[in-house]
Amino acid sequence: MAGSEVEGGKRRFLLAASSVGWGVAAAATAVPFLASMLPSARARAAGAPVEVDISKVEAGMMIRSEWRSQPIFVVHRTAEMLSDVKAMDSRVADPKSDASSQPEYAKNEYRSRKPEYLVLIGICTHLGCSPIGKLQAGADSGLGSDWLGGFFCPCHGSKFDLAGRVLKDVPAPTNLRVPPYKFLSDTRLLIGEDTGA
Amino acid sequence: MSTARALLQWVDERFPLTALWKSQVSEYYAPKNFNFWYYFGSLALLVLVIQIVSGIFLTMNYKPDAQQAFQSVEYIMRDVEWGWLIRYIHSTGASMFFIVIYLHMFRALLYGSYRKPRELLWLFGVFIYLCLMAEAFFGYLLPWGQMSYWGAQVIVNLFGAIPLIGDDLAVWIRGDYVVSDATLNRFFAFHVIAIPLVLLALVVVHLIALHEVGSNNPDGIEIKKRLDPNTGHPVDGVPFHPYYTVKDLVGVVVFLGVFSVIVFFAPEVGGYFLEDNNFIPANPLQTPPHIAPVWYFTPYYAMLRAVPAFLHTQFWGVLVMAAAVLIFFFLPWLDHSRVKSIRYKGPYYKVALALFVISFVVLGWLGTQPTDFLGSVGKTDIAVILARLFTVVYFLFFLLMPWYSRIDQTKPEPERLT
Amino acid sequence: MRAILIQLLMFPLIAVAASKEARLEPAPIDPRDAVSIQRGAQVFVNYCLNCHAAESMRYKRLEDLGLTQQQIKDNLMFAADKVGDTMTVAMRRSDANRWFGVAPPDLSVIARARGADWLYAYLRSFYRDDTRDSGWNNLVFPNVGMPHVLYELQGEQLLKSLPGSENDSASGAPSLVLETPGKLSAAAYDRLTADLVNYLAYMSEPARETRIRIGYAVLIFLGLLLVPVYLLKKEYWKGIHPGAPRPN
Repeated sequence: MAGSEVEGGKRRFLLAASSVGWGVAAAATAVPFLASMLPSARARAAGAPVEVDISKVEAGMMIRSEWRSQPIFVVHRTAEMLSDVKAMDSRVADPKSDASSQPEYAKNEYRSRKPEYLVLIGICTHLGCSPIGKLQAGADSGLGSDWLGGFFCPCHGSKFDLAGRVLKDVPAPTNLRVPPYKFLSDTRLLIGEDTGA
Repeated sequence: MSTARALLQWVDERFPLTALWKSQVSEYYAPKNFNFWYYFGSLALLVLVIQIVSGIFLTMNYKPDAQQAFQSVEYIMRDVEWGWLIRYIHSTGASMFFIVIYLHMFRALLYGSYRKPRELLWLFGVFIYLCLMAEAFFGYLLPWGQMSYWGAQVIVNLFGAIPLIGDDLAVWIRGDYVVSDATLNRFFAFHVIAIPLVLLALVVVHLIALHEVGSNNPDGIEIKKRLDPNTGHPVDGVPFHPYYTVKDLVGVVVFLGVFSVIVFFAPEVGGYFLEDNNFIPANPLQTPPHIAPVWYFTPYYAMLRAVPAFLHTQFWGVLVMAAAVLIFFFLPWLDHSRVKSIRYKGPYYKVALALFVISFVVLGWLGTQPTDFLGSVGKTDIAVILARLFTVVYFLFFLLMPWYSRIDQTKPEPERLT
Repeated sequence: MRAILIQLLMFPLIAVAASKEARLEPAPIDPRDAVSIQRGAQVFVNYCLNCHAAESMRYKRLEDLGLTQQQIKDNLMFAADKVGDTMTVAMRRSDANRWFGVAPPDLSVIARARGADWLYAYLRSFYRDDTRDSGWNNLVFPNVGMPHVLYELQGEQLLKSLPGSENDSASGAPSLVLETPGKLSAAAYDRLTADLVNYLAYMSEPARETRIRIGYAVLIFLGLLLVPVYLLKKEYWKGIHPGAPRPN
C-alpha cells in the first residue's frame, strides 16, 4: 500500500499524536509510583516539628530535645557567655559561618534568633557523634585553662564554642548546624519550622 | 553516518539487536486474520508487567509479619502517597490476569491452537496457568485478613488429605502446626521472587515456542504452507510490526479503560475482587461462617466440595480438583478432529465446548456460595448435586473428545485465510 | 407427608432469609457531605474511641473534611498529643477481653468489612436484655458483647416479638419498640447514626473521593487517546485485504 503524500502525512500525524498520547500516559503513570517513594504521612508525622518548653532552663544551662531523630541542644546563654563568644572570633575556623549550615536568621555573631538562646543540632560535623556540653569556662572543664565554654566531642576531640562554631585545628570541618526553628512565645520554641515567625 | 546509526552498528557488531528485531518483530509474519480473541496474549504480557511493577512498589512498604501485615496494607492505603492506587492496581490486576488468561485459553479451544505442531507451546501455557494459580494463592495470604488466613488454612489442609505423607507435608508447607507468621513469611518469598522468576522464564520459552512454529489463526490453517515465490513470506501473513503492534495498542487502550473503571470506581467489584471479610484481621480462633476462595478458583472449589468424602477423607475431592487442572495438559492428544478450528468442526464439538463453558461458569458460581444455598433434598444439598452434574460434564468434554472429535461432521478447510 | 413436602419447599426460602440476617435498608449517607462526616467524627471520638481504636486513621487526615489542624486539635483530639498521631486507645487487650468477653475490634476498616448498611442497622437495633451481662442485646448482631453506648441519645428499646412465635407479624420479622425515649427524637437519632456511619465509611477509605475524581480524568484521557491510536491502526491496515469469503 504505497502512500500518497496526503496519506503519508496522515500517517505521520497519527503517529505523532499517538506518541504524544502514550508519552503523556507513561508520565502520568510514572508520577504516582515515583511519588509513592516520598516520605509517607507516618514519616512526616514522625518528622514533624517539635515544641520545646524553655521556661525552666536557667541561665547558663542547656536542655536536650530531639527532632527527626537528631539531638537538639538549647542553651540559655548568660551575658558573660555572649562576650566569651565574641572573644572566640580569632580561635574558630569559620567565624562568620560562611562554610557552615544554618538558616538565614542564624548567620550572625551569635548564630541564633535571640542572643540568649542557642539552638543547635547536636551532631558533630566530623563523623556524627553527639558532643558533650562543656558550658563553663575555665580549667575545670578538663579542656585547658583557656577554655571559654562550648561543646566537646569525645569521639575524636573536636571542640566548638558557645555559638556552636568549630575551633581551629580540630577534626570537624564546619560549625554545628542550626535547625530551622522559631519562637512560639517567650517560653516555647518550635524546632523544625520557621515560617511565619 | 549519524551518531544513532553508528551506535546501533556498534551494538550490532556485539549483540544481535537488529537481527533479533527483524526475526522476531518486523519480519516475523503472523496471520492477517487475527480477531478479538487474539488480543489476550499481548494483554497477558501487559498484566504481568503491571503486576510486577505495582508489586515492587507494594513491597517497599508492606510488612510480611503476622503482627504488622494487615496494618501495613492500611498504611499503604492511607499514609503512603498514592499507595491506594498502587494497591488497587495490584488487586485488580490479579483478577484481570485470570480473566485475560481464561479468555486466552478459550481462544486456543476455539481454534485448535494446541494442535500439532503447537503442543509444546500449549504445555508451556498450562504450566504458566499453574504458576499463576500458585502465585495468586501465595499472594492472597499476604493481606492477612480472615479470608487470607482461612483460605490458606483450607488449601494447605487439602495437602494434608494426601494419604500417608499428608500431615507431615502440610506441616512442612506451613513451617508450623497452623498457618502462622512462618507461613506468611515464606509465602511472601514465593510470591515476590520465586514464582515471578519461574513465570518470567516460562513466558520467555512460551514466546520462543510460539515464534518457532508461528501463530495459529481463526481458520486453523497453516499460513506457512503458502509462501510468496518472490519474498518467501507467507502470502496470508503480515509482519508483526507494524501491523500487530499497532493493533495490540488499541487493545491495550480498551483494556486500560476497563481496568481503570474497576480501579477508580469499583475496586472491590461487589466483594469479588476484594472480599469484605478480608477487611477483618486474621483471627485463628474464629472461623468465618463462610469461607470461599477468590472467584478465579471457585470452579475447582465447587468440584472439590462435590466429591463425597469416601472412607472419611477429602482426598478424592483433592484428586478430582487436581485432575481438572492437569487434564488440560492432555488436550493436544485428545483432539482427533481432522480440522483445527471450530469454524470447520461439526455440531458435536460446538455443543461440547458450549457445555464445557457453561459448566465452568456454573461451577464457578456454585463455588462462591455455601453448599446449602439452594436448599436440599433429603440429606444432600441441591447445589452439591448440581456441582456433581457439571463436574461430570466438565470432564466429559475432555474424556469423550477422542470419540466425538473423530465422528464429528467436519467441513473442508479453506485453502486461503478467510 | 404433604406437611413434610411443604416444609422441604419452604426450607430454601427460610435458609436464604436466615442467611441474610436482618433485612438491611440502605444507609442514608452521602459520602460527599463533608459536614455530615465532621459531625460523625465528633460522635466517634466522643463515644467510640474510649473502647475502640482506629489505629490506621491519623487525626491529621481529617483535614480532608475541610477542617484546620487547630479545629482538629480543639474539637476532636482527647486521647492524643500530636495531630500526626493515629487514633489509638488506652485500653489493654487483656482488660478488654475480661470486661467484654472479646476485645473491641479496631474500627479503621469496619465499614468495608461489615458494610455501611449493616452498621446503620446495628447502631439502631440495640434493645434491653437482662439475660446479658451488659444488659443489652442487638437484633443485627445477636449476643454482641458491646453495650448500647448511645442509649442516652436513643433511649431504650425492647424486643416485641421473635421469629416463629405466634405473635409474628405477617413477614415473621421481630420488631423493636422504643420503651424509654432518650435525649434525641427517633429522627434525630437516625440522623446522628447516619452521620456516624458516614464517618465510619469515610474512615474506611479516606482516599475514596480522590479516587473517583481521578477516575473521571483517567477515563476521559483514555477516551481521547483511543482516537489517534485507533485511527493509526486503521491507517496501517487499510492496505490489508480481507481473505476469501468463508466457505459455508
